[in-house]
Amino acid sequence: MTEIFGIPVAVILGQLMLGLVNGAFYAMLSLGLAVIFGLMGVVNFAHGAFYALGSFAALVGVQQFGIGYWPALVLAPLAVGLLGMLIERLWLRRLYGLDPLYGLLLTFGVALLLEGILQQVFGASGQSYPVPDLLQGAVNLGFMFLPRYRAWVIVASLAVCFGTWFLIERTRLGARLRAARENAPLLQAFGVNVPLLLTMTYGGGVALAALAGVLAAPVILVSPQMGSSLVTVVFAVVVIGGMGSILGAIVSGLLLGLIEGLTKVVYPEASNIVVFVIMAFVLLVRPAGLFGRE
Amino acid sequence: MRTRTLLYCAAGLCAAAVPLTGIYPVFVMTLLCFAIFACSFNLLLGFGGMLSFGHAAFFGTAAYTTGWLVAAHHCGPGTAIAGGVLAAAALGLGVGGLAIRRQGIYLAMVTLALAQLVYFVCLEAPFTGGENGLQGVARGALFGVLPLQSDTVMYYLVLGLFAAVLVAIMRIVHSPFGQVLGAIRENESRAISLGYDVQRYKLLAFVLSAALAGLGGALKTLVLGFATLSDVSQSVSGEVILMTLLGGIGTFFGPVLGAGIVVTLQEYLSEVVGGWVTVVIGAIFVACVLAFRRGIVGTMLRARRVRSSQ
Repeated sequence: MTEIFGIPVAVILGQLMLGLVNGAFYAMLSLGLAVIFGLMGVVNFAHGAFYALGSFAALVGVQQFGIGYWPALVLAPLAVGLLGMLIERLWLRRLYGLDPLYGLLLTFGVALLLEGILQQVFGASGQSYPVPDLLQGAVNLGFMFLPRYRAWVIVASLAVCFGTWFLIERTRLGARLRAARENAPLLQAFGVNVPLLLTMTYGGGVALAALAGVLAAPVILVSPQMGSSLVTVVFAVVVIGGMGSILGAIVSGLLLGLIEGLTKVVYPEASNIVVFVIMAFVLLVRPAGLFGRE
Repeated sequence: MRTRTLLYCAAGLCAAAVPLTGIYPVFVMTLLCFAIFACSFNLLLGFGGMLSFGHAAFFGTAAYTTGWLVAAHHCGPGTAIAGGVLAAAALGLGVGGLAIRRQGIYLAMVTLALAQLVYFVCLEAPFTGGENGLQGVARGALFGVLPLQSDTVMYYLVLGLFAAVLVAIMRIVHSPFGQVLGAIRENESRAISLGYDVQRYKLLAFVLSAALAGLGGALKTLVLGFATLSDVSQSVSGEVILMTLLGGIGTFFGPVLGAGIVVTLQEYLSEVVGGWVTVVIGAIFVACVLAFRRGIVGTMLRARRVRSSQ
C-alpha cells in the first residue's frame, strides 16, 4: 500500500472524492445564488431551505405517489421553482429599488417559514432516500472503489453548472437577462417583459437549489435543517469566489469541496471550519474575492 | 422636552418597581439582557449602517467566558462580567477588522460565516462543555458584598447596567464620532473625500457594539446560571435582527420594545402553538420587511413628525 506522509493513498483519494461530491453541491448552490444575485441583486438566504424542499419533494414523491428518482429529478425542481416564482411575485418584487439588505432579511424570514413548516410536517429527524437501481454498487478503478451514484452526482452537477453558464453567457435569453441587470427600463422600452424575466430568474435559481436537493437526497439524511448549515458554507464560498462571475462560483465551489475533503484526512477537527478560515484569508489578501471585480 | 423627561422618569420608576409587583424577576432580567443585546446590534445597523448576521458570536463568547471564569477560576461576578465584555470586544476587533473590508450584503455574509466559525470553535473547545454547555454558574457576590443570589439585588444590577447602556448609546450617537458614523452610513464616498478615516470609525463602531453585546451575554449567564451552544447559534443572531426590525431600526427605544415582544412571544407562544414558533417568527419577519420596515417606534415617531408638521 502506497502512502503519502503516512496516510494511505486510498484514504486520501476516497476523501478527495467525497470532497468533490460536496464541492459539486457547493458549486450548484453558489451558482444559483450567483445567478439570483447577479441578475436581480437579491441575496437569497432561503437558498438552503429550497434545497431542503427539493429533497423533501423527492422523498414525498417516492413515499406517497410512487414517483421514482428520475422523474423526481425534473418534477421536484419544477414544483419548487414554481413556489419560488410565487414568492417573487407576491413578496420579493415589492422590495426592488430598496436597500438590498431588505431582500436578505425577507428571504431569511422565508427560510424560517419553510424550515419551520418542514419540521412540523416531517419531524426533525433525518430520513433516507433510496439510491436508484441503475446507479447502485461501485466500480473498481484499480486503486479505489468509486460508488456509481457519487460519480453520477459529480457528472450531473458539472453538466448542470456548465449548462447554466452557457445559457446565461452565450444565448439570446442570457443576453436579455444581463441586459435587464444593466438597464431594465431601456430593455423594457424594447418590448421585453422584464418583470417576467426576473420572476423566471428567481424561479430558475431556486430550481437549481431544489435539483441539488434531489441529487443529494440519496447520499445524505433528508432533514429540515440540512439546508441551513449548508447555506452558511455556501455564503462563505460565494465571498471567496466573489459574486462577480458565474464561472467563479462553480470553480470555487468545487475547489473548496476538495480542500475540505483533504482537511478531513490531515486534520479532521478543522474540516468544519476550513472554509471559513480560507474566507478570512481571502478577505485579508484580496477582499473582492478570487474572481470578483470591484 | 419636559414631557420627555417626565416619560423617562415614569419608565424608570416602573422598571424600578418591578420586584414589588410579583412579576417573575428572572423573566424581566432575561428580557433586559436581550434588550442590551438588541441595542448593541442597533448601534451597528441603525447608526453605523452595518448589518451583522452573526451578532450571537459576541453575545455567546461573552456568555461562555463569564461562565468559564466563574466555574473554572472562581472569579467574582464583577471580574467575570468584565472578562466576558473584554473577550467579546476582542472578538469584535477580529471579526470587524475582516468584515469591514466588504460592504453591505457582503459584510452580512462575512459576519454570518465568521459567527459559524465561532460556533464550531465553541462546539469543539475544551472549556465550553461541548453539547451540554456550562451549567450551574453561580452568581456569587458582587465585589464580595452585594449578594447576587437574591433575585432582587441581581435585578437592580441588570437594570442599572441596562440604563447605563442606553445612556452610553445616546452619548455615542450624539458625539462627534457618532455624527461621522452617520455620515459614513449615508454616503461613504463623501465621508472618505472629506478626509475621514472611514475604516477606523467603522471598526470602532464594531468593537463598541461587540462589547455591549458581550455585556448582554455575560449578564445572561449570571442571571440564568448557564451558557450553552444556543447562545452562539445562528438562530439567536436572527432573533436579535428581528427584535431590532420589529421595534424600529435606528431608534433608541425600538430595540428595547422589540426585545420585549420577541422574548415574551418565545416564553408564551410555545405553550399556545407548540412547535410552530419558528413558523410564526418567520411570518413576523416577512410581514415586518414587507409592510412595516420602520418598526413600531419608527412608525410612531414618523406619525408624530407628520402631525407636528401639519
